[in-house]
Amino acid sequence: MSQKIRVATTSLAGCFGCHMSLLDIDERLFTLLEHVEFDRSPLTDIKHCGPCDIGLVEGGICNAENVHVLREFRKNCKILVAVGACAVTGGLPAQRNHLSLADCLQEVYVTEVSLEHGGIPNDPELPLPLDKVHPLHEVVKVDYFLPGCPPSADTLWKFLTDLLAGRTPSFAPELIRYD
Amino acid sequence: MTHELQSILARHHDDPTRLLQVLREVQEALSWISPESIDYVADQLNLPRARVEGVAGFYSFLHTNAACRYRLLFSDNITDRMLGNQALLAALCEKLWVERGHLSEDGLVSIDTTSCTGLCDQGPALLVNGWAIPRLDAARLDQIAELILAQTPVAQWPGELFAVEDNIRRADILLGHELQPGDALRAALSRGGAIEAAANARSWREGIPTAEQGALTTLEEIKKSNLRGRGGAGFTTGLKWEACRNARGPLRYVVCNADEGEPGTFKDRVLLTAQADLVFEGMTVCAYAIGASAGKTKGFLYLRGEYRHLLDPLNEVLARRRAANLLGKGILGQAGFDFDIEIHLGAGAYVCGEESALIESLEGKRGIPRNRPPYPVTHGYLQRPTTVNNVETFCAAALVSAQGGDWYRSIGTTKSAGTKVLSVSGDCARPGIYEYPFGVTVRQVLEDCGAANTLAVQISGPSGVCIAVDEFDRRIAFEDLATAGAFMVFDASRDMFEVARNFAHFFAHESCGFCTPCRVGTAMLRTTMDKIAEGHGTLYDLAEIEKLDRVLNQSAHCGLGHTACNPTLDTLKRFRPSYERRLKSQDFEPAFDLDGALAAARRMTGRDDAGAHLSTEDA
Amino acid sequence: MTDTFQLDGEDVSFAPGQSVLQAALAAGRYIPHLCYHPEFKPHGSCKVCTVKANGGFGNRYAASCTLPAQAGLNVESETEEMNELRRTLVQMLFAEGNHFCPSCEKSGNCTLQALGSDLGVMTAGFRHFYPDRPVDASHPEFLLDFNRCILCELCVRASCEVDNKCVFALSGRGLDKHLIVNAASGKLADTDVALGDKAVDVCPVGVILKKRVGFAVPIGQRRYDQRPISAQALDDAPRQAAVGGCAACEGTS
Repeated sequence: MSQKIRVATTSLAGCFGCHMSLLDIDERLFTLLEHVEFDRSPLTDIKHCGPCDIGLVEGGICNAENVHVLREFRKNCKILVAVGACAVTGGLPAQRNHLSLADCLQEVYVTEVSLEHGGIPNDPELPLPLDKVHPLHEVVKVDYFLPGCPPSADTLWKFLTDLLAGRTPSFAPELIRYD
Repeated sequence: MTHELQSILARHHDDPTRLLQVLREVQEALSWISPESIDYVADQLNLPRARVEGVAGFYSFLHTNAACRYRLLFSDNITDRMLGNQALLAALCEKLWVERGHLSEDGLVSIDTTSCTGLCDQGPALLVNGWAIPRLDAARLDQIAELILAQTPVAQWPGELFAVEDNIRRADILLGHELQPGDALRAALSRGGAIEAAANARSWREGIPTAEQGALTTLEEIKKSNLRGRGGAGFTTGLKWEACRNARGPLRYVVCNADEGEPGTFKDRVLLTAQADLVFEGMTVCAYAIGASAGKTKGFLYLRGEYRHLLDPLNEVLARRRAANLLGKGILGQAGFDFDIEIHLGAGAYVCGEESALIESLEGKRGIPRNRPPYPVTHGYLQRPTTVNNVETFCAAALVSAQGGDWYRSIGTTKSAGTKVLSVSGDCARPGIYEYPFGVTVRQVLEDCGAANTLAVQISGPSGVCIAVDEFDRRIAFEDLATAGAFMVFDASRDMFEVARNFAHFFAHESCGFCTPCRVGTAMLRTTMDKIAEGHGTLYDLAEIEKLDRVLNQSAHCGLGHTACNPTLDTLKRFRPSYERRLKSQDFEPAFDLDGALAAARRMTGRDDAGAHLSTEDA
Repeated sequence: MTDTFQLDGEDVSFAPGQSVLQAALAAGRYIPHLCYHPEFKPHGSCKVCTVKANGGFGNRYAASCTLPAQAGLNVESETEEMNELRRTLVQMLFAEGNHFCPSCEKSGNCTLQALGSDLGVMTAGFRHFYPDRPVDASHPEFLLDFNRCILCELCVRASCEVDNKCVFALSGRGLDKHLIVNAASGKLADTDVALGDKAVDVCPVGVILKKRVGFAVPIGQRRYDQRPISAQALDDAPRQAAVGGCAACEGTS
C-alpha cells in the first residue's frame, strides 16, 4: 500500500521545458520520490490519468485534444496546477491569437512555398486547432499558477515542498519569473 | 483642397487652441481628415504633426480613414434600442448594400452607431454627417435611402427630416419665466453694495479685478439663493463663482458646459432651443459677478457635436444680443463691462462633459481630464481662473439675478433650492421635458408622464442610479436622488440586464483611455457582460464585476471610471434574476464556446466528424 | 523646520512642491510605481502608485505621484488593500497588450515584469485582449514593438520635454488608444528620432528597442535579475525632479 502522494504531469501546447525544469531539481528528485509517485506523465509513459492528488499541466490549450486531456486531469486530480507561462497565459503559442486561424493555416499549408504537398491536413486522426490559444483556467478550474518559462527548478521545488508540507505555497520575488 | 483649408485656418486665425474647431470644419468640408490636411494644419498651426493626428484620433466624429459622402450614425442609447433602432439600422444597411461599420466600396456611405444623441424623447435617431434626424421609422428610412442613392447633398434634404421637437410637458419658474432679454443683467447692474470698498482694497493687493457696481451684491444673491450646479455634482454655484472671483490674475473665463452627453439627458438641448437668451444672460451675469468683464476676457459655450443643428441658431441669438448691447463692449452702457461669448463645438466625446477635460478640449487638445488640484476656478482655460457651469445652472443664475436669492431659495427643498428640469424618456406615454421644484417624487413624475407598469427608473443616466418599484417614493433632490436630469423609464417588459449591458458598452466606448483602470476595466466589464449574454457567465464573473468596480473606484482618474460599474451593480442588486437566468448552474464554465472555437478549423479542413467537435461538458 | 507626513505610520519629510511619491522616494521609502519617472513631470496615468490618504479632506485614494505632499497627511501604501489593487492593475496591463516575456528582449530589464514579480503576481487574472498591433521595423537603428506598449507616455514626455522633437504622441481613445509617431507615413524611419535621444532610452517595457543589441546580457545579470525593483527604484530615485509640462502630453497641464 502507498502513503505516497500521486502526481500526474502532462504537456499540452507546451515544449516540455517545464518538465525539463522539474528534472532540474537534480538530486532533490530522490527526496521527492520518497514522497510522491507518478501517475500519467512523460516520466512513466502511463497513457491515462487515474485518481491523483496533484496534476501538473504545462502548456496552453490550442486544440481539441488539449481540451480532452485537460478535462481528464481536472476530473482526476484533487489539485490542478498550471505550470509555466503557456499554461498560465497561453504563452508563446498565443502569439498567433491576434491573427485569424484561417490566415495562419493558409500561410503555413498553402502559401508557404517550402511545403511540397500543399493543402491543409484534414485527417480525422489529427486534433483540430482552436481559433485561439487559451490558458488553462479558461477551460477548467485551476487551483495554482506557477509562471515562468519555465518556472525554475527552485520554484517548482518550493511549490511542491510547500504543498507536501501542507503549507499554502508562497514565493519570494526572485522565484516569480515570467521568462 | 488647400484653398478650403486656408480659409478655415484663416477663420481661426491660425490659433492652435482652436485645433478641434479647425479639424471639425475640415471634416465638414472634405468629409474626412486626410493625411494631407493633417500635414497642412500642423504646418500652419506650428504643431507637431502627431499632435494633430492624436487630436483627430480622439473624437468619434472626426474620421481619418477615408472620405465618405454620407456618414450615418445611429444613436445607440438603450431608449433608441427600445424603439427598435437595431432593426432599422439593419434594414438601412440592406437597402444601401453596406455592412455595418464598413465604408461602401464607392465611398458613398457608411453606417454605424454612436452614443446617445440626446433625442431620447423622439427616437430612434441618427446623425447624417453630424446632423440629427429624429423619429426614425420605415418610411423615413426609405426617404433617407432614396436621397443617398440619388446623391442629394445633405444640405438639400427636406427640412422636415431634421425637425427636432422641444416637447416641453411641464414648465415651472425656469421654462415659464416672463423675463425679457437683458432684465437679469439690468437687475445685476442696478445693485449697489457697501462691501465694495473693502473688496477693492484686496483686489489691488492681489491682482484681482476691481469690483464693478453691483457685481459683489449679485454674487451675494447667488450665494444666498443656495443654487447648486445642475450638471450632477451639485457644487454650490455661489462658492464656485466666489472662488473664481478671488483667484489670482487679471483674466477670467466663463464656460458654459453644453456637452450634454449623459445617455438619456436632453434638457440642455431644449434649454438652448427655447431659452438661449436666458443661458447667455446667465453667463453674462456670471462674467459680471466674477470680474471677467474687465479687460480681455471671454465666455465659451462648449456645445456637444451631436447638437450641430443648434450652432447656427445660437450664433444668431448671440448676434442679436450684441446688437442689443447685451454682449460686446460697454454692455448696457456700463463702461468697462466688456464680455462676449463664442461657441465651440465638440466632436463626439462624452468625457468632455467633465469640466477639466472640457477645458482641454477648448484648448484644442485631446479631452483628457486633468489632475486636480489645481481646479479650474484657479487654473482653468489657459491656466487662468475659469468658471464652468452647466447650461441649466446659468439659466437659474439669471433667474436669481433678476428675482433675488431669497425668492429662489424659497422654492424646492431646504438643501435643494429651485427647480430641476428632467429629461423623461423610455416607457411612458408623454416623453419630454418636465420642470419640477426639487423634492418631487419619482412616483409623481411617472404619473405625469403616463408611465404604466413601471419596473425601474434610471435616474441621471448610466452614471446615476437605477431604482426599483419600492423606491418610487424617493425624491429628486440633492439630499436623495441627485440628478443631471435623465429619467429613463423601463416597464415590466424590459430586461434590466440588457439595459446594464448597453451602459457597459457606452462606458467602454467613451473611456478616454488615460488611466489603466478605466481604459482596461471598462473594456473588461463590456466583455464580461457580453460573455454573460452569450451564456458563458458564471458566479465567478459576477465576482469579477465587483472586483472591477473596486479597482475603478479606488484608482480611476475621473468620474467616468468611478461610476462605470454602477448600472451593472445597481441592476444586479435589484434585478438579480435577470442575471441568474443567464448564468450556468455549475460552478465552472469555460470562458468561451469550445465547439464554436473549432468552427474555423472545421471550415478550413472540411471536417465534421465526431473528433471535430467539442461538447460543452465532458462526456 | 521641515514639514512631514506619515507614510505607513512613519514620518516622511518633504520639500514644498513635492508629491507624496517624490518625497517618499527621496526619503528612501518605496511606493510601487510605473509611469512615474524622476526626470519628468508626473501625470498619474498608470495608477500603480495609488495610495490611501487620510487628511483634512477625509479618506481618499489618489495616485501618489500627483498627490501633493501636505503636512499631517496620513498615507497608507504598504497594505494588502493597496498591493492587491496594484497587482490587479499590473494584470490589466498584461491583459491589454501582447506581453510574451519569454520572447521579449526587454525581459529582465522590464519595469512591468519586475513590478509583477515584486508584487507577487502569479496569474493572468483576466482574459487577454490579444490586440493586433503590427511592429514598425522601418528605422535602421530602432524597432518599435507596439504589442508591449503600456501607454505610460514616458517616450512622449521625453521626446517633447527633453529632445524637443515630439517624435511620439498618442491617438485613439479607450482601449483603442495607441502610440503614434510624428510622420505622415506613420513610420519611425520618417521621423527625426536619433540615437542619443532621451525618448529611445526611457521605455520601461519592450516597445522602443535598439537594434542589434538584444539579448546581449545573459540571464542572471540583467537589471532585475540582480535586485528586485523595490530596491532598484530607490537607487534611481534621488535624481532631480523636473518641473514644467508638455503640451502634447496628457494630463500634465
